[in-house]
Amino acid sequence: MTEKNVVTAIHDTLHDEMAADDRVVVLGEDIATRGGVFRVTQGFLDEFGEQRVIDTPLAEGGIIGIAVGMALHGLLPVAEIEFADFIHPAYDQMVSEVSRMRYRSNGDFGLPMVVRAPWGGGVHGALYHSQSIEATYGHIPGIKVVVPGTPYDASGMLRAAIKDPDPVLFLEHKRTYRLIKGDVPDEPFEVPIGKADVKREGEDLTAIAYGLALHLCLEAAARLQAEQGVSVEVVDVRTISPLDKETILTSVVKTGKALVVYEDNRTYGAGAEIAATIAEEALFDLDAPVSRMGGPDVPAMGFATNLEHAFMPNADTVAERMLELARF
Amino acid sequence: MYRTMVTARLIDEASFRLNRQGKAPFVVPVSGHEGCQVGTGWPLRPGQDMWVPYYRDVAIVLIAGMTPYEIFLGLFAKAEDPSSGGRQMPSHWGSRRLGIISHSSPIATQVPHAAGIAWAARYRGEDTVVGCWFGEGATSEGAWHEGMNFAGIHKLPVVFVCENNRYAISVAQPLQMAVQNVADRAPGYGFPGVVVDGNDVLACYAAMKTAVERARAGDGPTLIEAKTYRYFPHTSDDDDRSYRTREEVEEAKQKDPIAVFAETLKDRGILDPASIDALWTETKANVDGQIDQAWNAADPEPSSLRRHVYFEGDA
Repeated sequence: MTEKNVVTAIHDTLHDEMAADDRVVVLGEDIATRGGVFRVTQGFLDEFGEQRVIDTPLAEGGIIGIAVGMALHGLLPVAEIEFADFIHPAYDQMVSEVSRMRYRSNGDFGLPMVVRAPWGGGVHGALYHSQSIEATYGHIPGIKVVVPGTPYDASGMLRAAIKDPDPVLFLEHKRTYRLIKGDVPDEPFEVPIGKADVKREGEDLTAIAYGLALHLCLEAAARLQAEQGVSVEVVDVRTISPLDKETILTSVVKTGKALVVYEDNRTYGAGAEIAATIAEEALFDLDAPVSRMGGPDVPAMGFATNLEHAFMPNADTVAERMLELARF
Repeated sequence: MYRTMVTARLIDEASFRLNRQGKAPFVVPVSGHEGCQVGTGWPLRPGQDMWVPYYRDVAIVLIAGMTPYEIFLGLFAKAEDPSSGGRQMPSHWGSRRLGIISHSSPIATQVPHAAGIAWAARYRGEDTVVGCWFGEGATSEGAWHEGMNFAGIHKLPVVFVCENNRYAISVAQPLQMAVQNVADRAPGYGFPGVVVDGNDVLACYAAMKTAVERARAGDGPTLIEAKTYRYFPHTSDDDDRSYRTREEVEEAKQKDPIAVFAETLKDRGILDPASIDALWTETKANVDGQIDQAWNAADPEPSSLRRHVYFEGDA
């Protein structure tokens, strides 16, 4: 075991997978000479060469489309979109091509590819370096969408994503990159895609979250336990699609109360689907209405510190909502 | 080559007949494009090189190895349709076995795929060349630019073929681009652009052969623009009378690539009128003979709707 932050865990895992399998190639903007704006691919160019570490032109649709071609012809491309906010020009490739290649060819073709994208706010990224895109792609069958929140999960899920025969959108919350540290095994391991994880056990209510919001929930839960004696179970969704309903429902049935916390705009966010699932499948086990906490329905967060804070959830606001629900 | 052109034409005629009979709800015609397709498809090696076509490329997929029977399976949306098992509209080709890359309906999305395949082929040390076909309408899309640009930067083994029939459905070329030739854009990507008469199958063949040799030698892509015309509407659901005069269509038909090639074959003493007639009769019997079998093939099971969203294990 070695203690690492999230970005180092991703760097090391990607490095090890490239060293282990020469079909793995990486491509994206600024990833070769510069080593990536977040340094995820630092040193890769020198070690693996320009046939496997490819600085692309500034063209997101092209990056994804070229990765599709590589995946169709025997490679395992890991494409980087510099910021999740910039993936929108590639929406056509993602929806019309990536998600449907297997389906439209009746299983003849598959796309073993990974698209990595740093997402989320809390880093003064303003409107175009802070977005949440998980719901947009969670809505598209054929693409798996993962949102690991810890160094352990990021490492294990990235390895699983590279080995997955289907396309995986691998979302890395950029605020967690250097903030969150944890132990990561030194030997290769996988964390299965499609499995949520109970990150903290509790009795009084279940908080369901992912990404940075997971850590806000864990902090709030610890505080409530210490200060109010309220016991909160925290479920880390980890995979947006396909969603692990079982782990979520098992926890909610146990505690009888559910708070879904997500950073994205509240309306039609991924948390809305989770809340609907709970309402549909666990109604008679609930002791309170399903509660949702999402970002305000404005286009995005502002650059000014107080505007960003007004958009983002924090441990105080999360604890407040947990307490409200506990007392319901 | 001539037989493949005739086969494509006869598949078209049969498909429209079946459309009028109510058996084929949707047809994408090829007629008029047979010369540029056969000419540019012929220099590639079936089973070794890769084919990245678009929906009008009946003759391209015939060269790659798809049979008329398989094309009719697609037309009737049958379970054994090799392209999609009846999921996609007809003429949305694909077959991993034949190296024909599955494509969608949005235009030009396959161009970056061709570049990516070419990268992978070179990385794997193959001598594969990728052929990528599209209409001139595709050249307005961002994906076209992005794929062309990447292929040019890295001198990838790919040949881009524009089948310029002068209309993107109804929008005529002068409203699509300010330049005279699509090929004029190629220098902007750092590789040659060549204009050929798309009604002259041998000229298309010669241009493609040069381009394929260039690509295989590691000298990078070529953009071939074949000037052609489509004799039918964009699809069976289009009415081209709203944007093309009948005189223009009739004039274009005077340069029918099949008739032009027949004259050449006769002039050079390769075929005589009798053997040409016999070839048509034989090919028509062959094509039409495959329709009933395809029509009688099984439809997809409704329960198959939910299959192949994700990997289901090796077949």
